[in-house]
Amino acid sequence: MTAPVFPIEAGHIMMFARAIGDENPIYFDAEYGEKVGLGGVIAPPTYLQASAQYDPDYGLRPRQGQPWIGSGRTPTGLVRETGGSGESKGGGGLHAEQHFEFLRPIRPGDVLHSTRRLGETWEKQGRRGGALVFSESITEYRDESDELVAIARSIGVRTQQPVAN
Amino acid sequence: MSLDTETFTVGFEHRAVVVDNLTRTQIVQYAGVSGDYNPIHTDEIFATQVAGYPSVFAHGMLTMGMTGRMLTDLVGDGRLTKYGGRFTAQVWPGDTLEATATVTSIEEVDGAKLVDFQVVTRNQNDLIVFSGSATARLD
Repeated sequence: MTAPVFPIEAGHIMMFARAIGDENPIYFDAEYGEKVGLGGVIAPPTYLQASAQYDPDYGLRPRQGQPWIGSGRTPTGLVRETGGSGESKGGGGLHAEQHFEFLRPIRPGDVLHSTRRLGETWEKQGRRGGALVFSESITEYRDESDELVAIARSIGVRTQQPVAN
Repeated sequence: MSLDTETFTVGFEHRAVVVDNLTRTQIVQYAGVSGDYNPIHTDEIFATQVAGYPSVFAHGMLTMGMTGRMLTDLVGDGRLTKYGGRFTAQVWPGDTLEATATVTSIEEVDGAKLVDFQVVTRNQNDLIVFSGSATARLD
């Protein structure tokens, strides 16, 4: 699959830490990072998720000139299927599981490249009826010396109806 | 800041509130920075009228990210070797989440301690929204 290059930038790490509500100076203050022996800023553990920004094929980013699933003049920019109000409700992909393995901290200046492969696919019956289809993908992130930095294993689920607690 | 490695014994437990009254704005912040612009998380009109949910809800990865803060505050920065889990229920605007780490095992490897944690995040109704595990390397 695609091998997007993910350049690690200090500003992106700072904004990511803000979004998860983490004000730890290790995510924005290089001097602090030097002082505590980490050699500068490092990224929060789940930061690799933001590599989606650099994935040219990422499907959950609006694109110029293409209809977007979200609301504008109407509740969704997609053309409704004929006769359809109910049947497509809640159908879609949700994130079921995420697992990371870290071989070293990720730092500004790293330029990571990744390879992604599909893992297993399986099906389960949902508690409220309707099939749930799970699929796994494994992404390996390597640095410029081709050293493995992290492995991310993601499990997505496709649902046929809204799943809400 | 991290605790002394002697603090960790099997059964040791640490809790922290990782978000109090989650705002839609924070969900939007996470969408912007992560690049996951799925309107189910940020667009109330789409989420309710098209997708059929009661409101927008948080990215699972936002919950995992906020829970990660509890872990790094506990073990120190740059020390996690593994972190993962399942998103077991949605997190909604207004939710308050408390994350708990419990030591499940400690192993000595090459002069370092590998500490395994069970990680559970619950909402204000005691419903588990994230359930997983983590490993930290302490030396």
